[in-house]
Amino acid sequence: MILCISVVYTLSSIYAVGYMRLLDEEKRLPLFYGLFSGFAFTMLAACVTNNVGVFWIAIELTTLISTFLVGFEREAESTEAAWKYIVVVSGGISLALLGTVLFYWAGSFVLGPTYAMTWAALHTSAPAVYPPLLLVSFLLVLVGYGTKAGLAPMHTWLPDAHSEAPAPVSAMLSGALLNASMLGIARFLGVVSGTSVSPFAHSAVVGFGIFSFVIAALFIVRQTGIKRLMAYSSVEHIGVQALGLGFGGVFGVAGALYHMLNHSLNKSLMFFGAGNAMRAYGTKEISGIRHVLKAFPVSGTLWLLGAVGIAGAPPFALFLSEFTVLRAGIGGRYRWAAIVFVVFLIVVFIGFLAHFRAMYFDDAPQQQVRPLSGLVWRTLPMWLAFVPLLVLGLWWPRGLWEIFTRISSQVMGGSQ
Amino acid sequence: MFLAHVNPLQASIFSSLAIVSLLLAFVMLGSHWLRNYVYAFAAQSWLIAALSAAVGYFGGYPELYVIAVLTALFRGLVLPYLLMRIIARLNVKRELHAVLQPSSSLVLGAFLVMFAFVIANHMNWRSLLSAHVVVLALTIMLSMKFLGFLMLAVRDEAVSQILGLLVLENGIFLGSQILVPGMPLLIEIVILFDLLIVVACFGMLVRFLVVHAGTTSSRELNRLVG
Repeated sequence: MILCISVVYTLSSIYAVGYMRLLDEEKRLPLFYGLFSGFAFTMLAACVTNNVGVFWIAIELTTLISTFLVGFEREAESTEAAWKYIVVVSGGISLALLGTVLFYWAGSFVLGPTYAMTWAALHTSAPAVYPPLLLVSFLLVLVGYGTKAGLAPMHTWLPDAHSEAPAPVSAMLSGALLNASMLGIARFLGVVSGTSVSPFAHSAVVGFGIFSFVIAALFIVRQTGIKRLMAYSSVEHIGVQALGLGFGGVFGVAGALYHMLNHSLNKSLMFFGAGNAMRAYGTKEISGIRHVLKAFPVSGTLWLLGAVGIAGAPPFALFLSEFTVLRAGIGGRYRWAAIVFVVFLIVVFIGFLAHFRAMYFDDAPQQQVRPLSGLVWRTLPMWLAFVPLLVLGLWWPRGLWEIFTRISSQVMGGSQ
Repeated sequence: MFLAHVNPLQASIFSSLAIVSLLLAFVMLGSHWLRNYVYAFAAQSWLIAALSAAVGYFGGYPELYVIAVLTALFRGLVLPYLLMRIIARLNVKRELHAVLQPSSSLVLGAFLVMFAFVIANHMNWRSLLSAHVVVLALTIMLSMKFLGFLMLAVRDEAVSQILGLLVLENGIFLGSQILVPGMPLLIEIVILFDLLIVVACFGMLVRFLVVHAGTTSSRELNRLVG
């Protein structure tokens, strides 16, 4: 998890150097970098903390900081996106706070009125708690952090914020922030698994996952804006992670975690490519971007390969992790969900690559392309994301698998 | 568990404070004037501060006095002051477009409170059924949650959306004072500070909205769809 965020942060920072120079906002750059590193710090804090309350605070702070990053370009659209983002997400996250408080209350029956608010404490107290109370608390937390993670139908802020933020920020939002809040869901799911409400909680997570996946697939097919396309693809992949967590078992959880890592890498790559294209063609519309290969021979190729990867084709890493999640689903109780998953995976594949076919190989008239400065800054992070993606797709390192199984037994409390 | 043995006097003090704060949420719901919202919010925060102090006194949690003072200071004085400044600067006095008339939103609010009661009743542990305060606290916590979301849904003006969010948080705070007075002090203080930052951020954002989008009504924010 920390690996995930650090990787995305490193890549985005490298990319940001090149990208932000294109925005003609020299004076406000220090502010941007300050906010940017603050954003990374709060997300790292969220992941390393052992305290449920501090986790909530860190997630809330990520919202506040990233709001200003989303609205950084100070146009009508980006301000609108920032406003929607902060209102929707603050509302959602307050539900998570309510859920957390109820969890703590539930725990106080078992552990006495005052105790340290750690995940371990919740783990020990959960089995003894009155089930309806536990269930309500879990659902509140699920909806709360689900809002932040972009699960449909609470995803409405996500396409706006992702499409209006500067590209490095979009990469951070998509690759790191969504994962950080998914981690919250995973941990709370771990707390309730092993109790009597566990089947229902898992079903709820699977339900949200499959709904996000379907919604995102349908929007991907009909999308016209390039960064909105990427944003809906994030919703889709968050749906896959939720499915993995909901299916449970070693395969499900490890698959979801592996998917998190791979999605972070791949989505950063995609947003960098989209940022290049947006700056060069001066438009956010897919219809305005044509003949990418002629304009960017190297980074264009990387972008295209990334698109093939993110649509879930072998030999890239996302194929492997989606396959693992699927294997967890087929064997378990949620066979119907796994079947829906496969069907819409095909829809996504066709829809996503149709847009890329149009951008690369359509015989539209040649357009004016603005040459971009800073080639190395813009292309290097794409290489850095692409190479591990290919490697992880061909070979799942033994050590990584062991880490994932260990995490999954820890997070899930060894109950699966 | 402190609530398992509250005596009737304490129970009635807690419940009356909680019920009056719920009524103040209805005041917000039934008014069109932004100024009234802020006054109601400030009064609600003072009540919550009083509640913290009362719980601290009866339950023997001295650290709750600190919370009470901070609540009164931040939520009762600083936040309303900041909100008033935003209102004064924006020069909007009332909601212009009501999705729901105040009367119908009051009725809707009443139904939501009943719904909250049903949920709270289900959530209550059997052994605690004797302590009506628990059900009441849960009901008020959830119904302030619902009312806050209702305010977010039917109001367009930026300031009332901020207030809607603050009502959400107030509800949680109120409930947590009664239910889990032993929650670690650090967390509560940080949450208070956090709120201060939230409102400061919102203030800046509202300014951006005026300058860049030309409006503070969310009704006009319709450029990004699909």
